[in-house]
Amino acid sequence: MVKSDPKEQNKLIYYGKIILKDWQLYVLVIPMIIWYILWIYKPMAGLLIAFKNYKPNLGILGSDFIGFTNFKFLMTGPYAQQFWQAFRNTFLISLYGLIFGFPVPIILALLFSEITHNFYRRVMQTFAFLPHFLSEVTITGLVLTLLYKGEVTTGVIAHFLTSIGLVPEGTSIIQTAEYFRPLYIITGIWKESGYNSIVYFAAIMGISPVLYEALKVDGGNKFQEIRYVTFPGMAPTLVIMIILRIGRMLSVGYERIILLYNANTYKTGDVLSSFVYRIGLENGNQAIGGAADMFNAIIGFTLVVGANYISRQISETSLW
Amino acid sequence: MKRLTKSEIIFKILAYILIGLFSIMALYPVVYAFSASISGKIPYEAGKVVLLPKELNFQVYKLIYEDKGFWISYVNSLFYTTYGTAWSMLISITGAYALSKKRLLFRRQLNFFVVFTMWFNAGMVPMYLNYVNMGVANKWGIIVAFGVQAYNIILLRNYFEGVPHEIEEAATIDGATEFQMIRSIYIPMSKAAIATVTLFYATSRWNGYFWARMLLTDPMELNMQVYMRILVENYQKMFDDMPIDLPYAADSYIFAILVCSIIPVLIVYPYIQQYFAKGVNLGGVKG
Repeated sequence: MVKSDPKEQNKLIYYGKIILKDWQLYVLVIPMIIWYILWIYKPMAGLLIAFKNYKPNLGILGSDFIGFTNFKFLMTGPYAQQFWQAFRNTFLISLYGLIFGFPVPIILALLFSEITHNFYRRVMQTFAFLPHFLSEVTITGLVLTLLYKGEVTTGVIAHFLTSIGLVPEGTSIIQTAEYFRPLYIITGIWKESGYNSIVYFAAIMGISPVLYEALKVDGGNKFQEIRYVTFPGMAPTLVIMIILRIGRMLSVGYERIILLYNANTYKTGDVLSSFVYRIGLENGNQAIGGAADMFNAIIGFTLVVGANYISRQISETSLW
Repeated sequence: MKRLTKSEIIFKILAYILIGLFSIMALYPVVYAFSASISGKIPYEAGKVVLLPKELNFQVYKLIYEDKGFWISYVNSLFYTTYGTAWSMLISITGAYALSKKRLLFRRQLNFFVVFTMWFNAGMVPMYLNYVNMGVANKWGIIVAFGVQAYNIILLRNYFEGVPHEIEEAATIDGATEFQMIRSIYIPMSKAAIATVTLFYATSRWNGYFWARMLLTDPMELNMQVYMRILVENYQKMFDDMPIDLPYAADSYIFAILVCSIIPVLIVYPYIQQYFAKGVNLGGVKG
């Protein structure tokens, strides 16, 4: 028996009284707590598998503790080459995604905000947002068929790219490693940048028109307007979006990767999460997959905390 | 009408053109898929179909119409989406309501408990083992164990916080319970937010693929996305092995399936449009 000191006990009674008096409110919050524990937090505890010699019949808790052996195996064993390749790809794909993908919705929002003809803008936004609502299976199905290169048929976009000389004759884009990253990133831009422009558009709309007027009185031109009014005005949004983006850096949309890649494009397209899927779930090396999962989760978390810390230092914008 | 400077006019013209181009590009694959699905075999394979259909042929749609597996998966998807969304909304609304109350004990800790999941997740293997372990590697798992998202809870919480205090106080004096309060004050007063979050949940349920593929092993339980993917995979394999002589281009069949998956989205799209533009601006993501 743990002896609790009277002060602690008083506190418990105090809390108990509050909760009893207001029990309905606490009943309402319980389903959410249970849901999160069962489906989100319990698997986090399951990450222990990374330190275990996992045997399905013994379960995660019952299996033997073997320290960092799984991590060592992952980084130096037979999967090492694939693992580091996936690690590298994850980083490169996110980085390129950031460089090429991040500015597009901002530019779109700037352009949308210029369009004063409401009907035209609404129609164009309707078109531009649509791909966001389609599923990854639909999107990748379209991509794979439009870029298909076969004996009898060639997808219309594959045909177009070959005819303008961007892709050499007789090359299949979806089967060639060099094309995977651009393919993935362009698909992402096509699907999400229209929708992602909403948040920047809202930020631009929130900028007081007085600021623009003032700059105009001083004789500023359009580019100075963007430089000195629009960008500072949307800075907090930009910072938040960058932190979010960096935080998700390692969780590259694995669904799309798994749906798009194939054995020929592992070299450039395999990322940590698709690696975990192949090794941990398809091949059944759960403990090794778990170790890679843990590795992934910790780096991801560090990135968010780090990005948030830096942003708080320089711009006083932060997520929490 | 305010006067525009020269640079402003140039920029405006550029904006109209570029936005037009981008939007057309965004829409093109969808339009093309539809055209290709109803085009004849000969013009399609000759690469003559670029935007509009050639030699109309609706045969592939007849084939899909007669495909039992397709309808089973379609109905399953509807079922999972409806019940799953209701389940997600139930947990999110009650949770967000409690979190919006300043008097809730450990409110800060509970907020963190929810927001933390946006930054750290266990990963595939432990998640999968958990589903198996809990006996939900089936349709119940798809409905119950998914679809509560921290982002949506925070969005609702922020909206609920904006409901005026006076109304709540008046209701308390009248002896309303918390449940009545949610039902007759909070939900009607946050219609836009509720609709937005419902649509977010519904689209992510309807579009969900990865976990459905992992957990749904019974062919009678497959959802639309998984069924569609299996068709795409088999088609490619079949087509690589032996280009058999069909009365329609094999691609047309795939495009037709893709079009069928897009149609439900197009049907609800006008409603989504109406709400989400307001919705996404409701809450920042701040915990």
